[in-house]
Amino acid sequence: MQLTLWTYEGPPHVGAMRIAAAMRGVHLVLHAPQGDTYADLLFTMIERNDRRPPVTYTTFQARDLGGDTANLVKAAISDAYERFSPQALLVGESCTAELIQDQPGALARGMGIPVPVVPLELPSYSKKENWGAAETLYQLTRALLADRIPAPGTPRPARRAERPSANILGPTKLGFRCRDDVVEITRLLGQLGIDVNAVIPLGASPEDIKRIPDADFNIDLYPEISRVTSSWLQRTFGIPHTTVIPMGVRATREFVAEVAKLAGVDASAVLAREHPGEASLDSSQSRLPWYSRSVDSTYLTGKRVFIFADATHAVAAARIARDEMGFTVVGLGTYSREFARDVREAAASHGLTALITDDYLEVEKAIAEAAPELVLGTQMERHISKRLGIACAVISTPIHVQDAPARYSPVYGFEGANVIFDTWVHPLVMGLEEHLLQMFREDFEFHDNAVASHLPNMAKVANVAAAAPSAAASVEAMVAPAENAVVAAALPPAQAITAAVSANESITTTAPAPTNTVSTPVWTPDGERELQKIPFFVRGKARRNTERFAKEQGVAAITVETLYDAKAHFGR
Amino acid sequence: MSDLSAVARSVEVPLRKALPVLKERGQREVFCGLTGIVWLHRKMQDAFFLVVGSRTCAHLMQSAAGVMIFAEPRFGTAILTDRDLAGLADAGDELDRICVTLLERRPDITTLFLVGSCPSEVIKLDLDKAAERLNTRLLPKVRVLSYSGSGIESTFTQGEDNALKAMIPLLPHSEEKQLLVVGCVADIVEDQFRRCFDQLGIGPVSFFPARRAADLPSVGPNTVLLLAQPFNGETVRALIARGATALSAPYPLGADATTAWLAAAAAQWNVDAALFDTVTRPLVERANKGLAKYRTQLVGKKLFLMPDSQLEIPLARFLHNEMGMELIEVGTPYLDRQMVAAELALLPESTLISEGQHVEKQLDRVRAAKPDITVCGLGLANPLEAEGFTTKWSIELVFTPIQGYDQAADLAEIFARPLDRRARLKL
Repeated sequence: MQLTLWTYEGPPHVGAMRIAAAMRGVHLVLHAPQGDTYADLLFTMIERNDRRPPVTYTTFQARDLGGDTANLVKAAISDAYERFSPQALLVGESCTAELIQDQPGALARGMGIPVPVVPLELPSYSKKENWGAAETLYQLTRALLADRIPAPGTPRPARRAERPSANILGPTKLGFRCRDDVVEITRLLGQLGIDVNAVIPLGASPEDIKRIPDADFNIDLYPEISRVTSSWLQRTFGIPHTTVIPMGVRATREFVAEVAKLAGVDASAVLAREHPGEASLDSSQSRLPWYSRSVDSTYLTGKRVFIFADATHAVAAARIARDEMGFTVVGLGTYSREFARDVREAAASHGLTALITDDYLEVEKAIAEAAPELVLGTQMERHISKRLGIACAVISTPIHVQDAPARYSPVYGFEGANVIFDTWVHPLVMGLEEHLLQMFREDFEFHDNAVASHLPNMAKVANVAAAAPSAAASVEAMVAPAENAVVAAALPPAQAITAAVSANESITTTAPAPTNTVSTPVWTPDGERELQKIPFFVRGKARRNTERFAKEQGVAAITVETLYDAKAHFGR
Repeated sequence: MSDLSAVARSVEVPLRKALPVLKERGQREVFCGLTGIVWLHRKMQDAFFLVVGSRTCAHLMQSAAGVMIFAEPRFGTAILTDRDLAGLADAGDELDRICVTLLERRPDITTLFLVGSCPSEVIKLDLDKAAERLNTRLLPKVRVLSYSGSGIESTFTQGEDNALKAMIPLLPHSEEKQLLVVGCVADIVEDQFRRCFDQLGIGPVSFFPARRAADLPSVGPNTVLLLAQPFNGETVRALIARGATALSAPYPLGADATTAWLAAAAAQWNVDAALFDTVTRPLVERANKGLAKYRTQLVGKKLFLMPDSQLEIPLARFLHNEMGMELIEVGTPYLDRQMVAAELALLPESTLISEGQHVEKQLDRVRAAKPDITVCGLGLANPLEAEGFTTKWSIELVFTPIQGYDQAADLAEIFARPLDRRARLKL
């Protein structure tokens, strides 16, 4: 048993639903008890789909268990076929049906349904949503291409079309920005003179899957969903696939080069508009390079960023964060165990150890310990960040309704890089505002819960919440105004303290935070006041490090001096 | 079970001739009983709900809760894995380990509910026994209870019924004459009703569940039950078995029904008619003032209720009798005639009630009837809107204070808003 409060992924049959819901002419029959229809609302509410996912549930109840649940399955299958006339039928089961072993797939095959029937094995007690989606896409593709599989060793037929063409594999319903990424990548391919043969599964029919071998190569756009299928297509049909994820300016340039090579086209015209290393507005199709170089972005330098997402978006985001935004990546992890190796490699390149887990509480703890200034994550990390008071942008599934925007907002390709720049910068406190916050910490409106002034609603909430602390601060200021002024003048910038305090730590090397035991050193009032001058987003870390230092040194009362001794110690 | 209908007859609500009921079986577009945890864990602030189930259960919980609750939830899932199913791990040991970890994190918890699910029931995991075993370790600091929220055994709001029923053996015995209001209501509603009962001289009054799970009401032969929710049938029957007497009344949705509901209690306490009038008249007037605005928007509009929360019958009665809406079909996941006897008596003879669901056939009936508003689950609302139907998602009705005089207009507004919105948008 595994204790879970929130989960990153649903069960594998929800993955199967993401494939079915993305397509036209496909219907999924799920052997499942009452209640499992909840999954419909993910599609109709989170993504605001205007039709129900094409799924029929058997809805068995306890009283059916003694009787003939197999007949219930058959009735559901024939009803679904009659009513929806699909061109292909997927048959699977949810966790409870798996236990009663009716084998709905085998039942369906024996019914003489005159369209391809694809049984799905979706082991609910060991696999999860993305695996289920990948497996469903693979099984459906295999079934529909069964009669086109060439004999082993058959060379690929010579290209027939004048223009090269590619399949885009992997975009689904409830993915991250799939709708717009497909548009952006199609546009990019168009610039290179490459046609899109089929987009699978988003918007595809079974007939489109049958046309996959007509393309020259596959674009493995969402490896969590499409890698199993693209690998099989490479092995079986000899169709090569891409390996670069076009997220970020540099990766998109590499993607253009990779695609051009696979298609046998000349990318020089497209790449000629790309001037890596040049600082001007027209150095790239994307504005990100210039915006990032623009002096107002200086304040982004070294911002501490924690990244946790699916493997594809996590790895790409870490690279963008470091190479294109000038951030420091202080944590990198994923819940996609299937792609843990990729994330571990990427983390190593950032000098980190990857956090591979699907335990939300573990992620929360790691974020708290890393004390980042920005979290790039999922809906779960938005949740965590809100609790910890850290800025956050969502970069991956699982998503919530606000992550399915009405406007065009891809994250892939050159336009995707623009979207990323805006999305990641927006939650941060702007440069000059940040300086003012640090220099004039005693200003009664500059309290710990102050947020960016361009986020008015949040500020209003924070104002209410912070009324008490700021009142306390002004009392302090009245008690010892002279002393405060002197200390403030003599101080190095607060950020310098914290940067040094936190510099030699990464999430994986952080010792567990000391708990409130009797041996915890006590903060003197002046020590505590000094601590309050450290920016709130790293103050927790400074507090813990100072306490740890004091404990190690056997110091019972933490003074201003202890704080700076600790700074010197950790900054060594 | 016969006790309640006997009581119903004794207060002289006429049991009507059997209404025609369309019974259907097929795909049900309703939640399972686990979903009740979403409001129960907020109502009882010292309780934690641990679902023993699958990843599907955990996913359902967060989808139903919308992952919108930024406070740490007081519910979680012990997810069964292959190891548990293969018997490689002892389920008892595993559950003990998880409960202890959980309670270490949450020292404020006094009551832990182990909640059974479809998979735990199919593999016959005995949670009653697990709760007994844990109690020997954890009492008196924490009490462990168990109930079923599984979809094979329960639908949506039945989860609350099962949770409350599990608490009944713990209720202390009392000979005192007292009123017990049964069914989860919002804190604000509870406070309003308490003020009303105080003014009427009815008391002592307890609410079940209370705001703290540890604050258990007592029960005995002089306990009078007033039902706030129509879905707690098993709980009510178990309380009757402990000697309590249930009052028959419509549920307090709408002004008239709230008056009838209070009157049922007032009769038991022999409240003077003049006093009853003095206390309730201003409240009724205020409620009617609030309702008037929405009556003009709702009157004559055709209503189709798909089965969801068991509130459908009382809602239909309110929207027809007090708002003048025309009832096309009133769906209910199951029909517990004892629990809705007083409601059925107030519905027009011709009302079509459907029990159970075959969602495709029911949607065909919606399309044929072209209602002005369709009340349905979240999975169906947007697709119906896209077909041109105006909808109200029913889950809002269990997450919103809708009972009593001062919420009557809020309840009407829930149905008027989608119509208002459709009228405003020029799209």
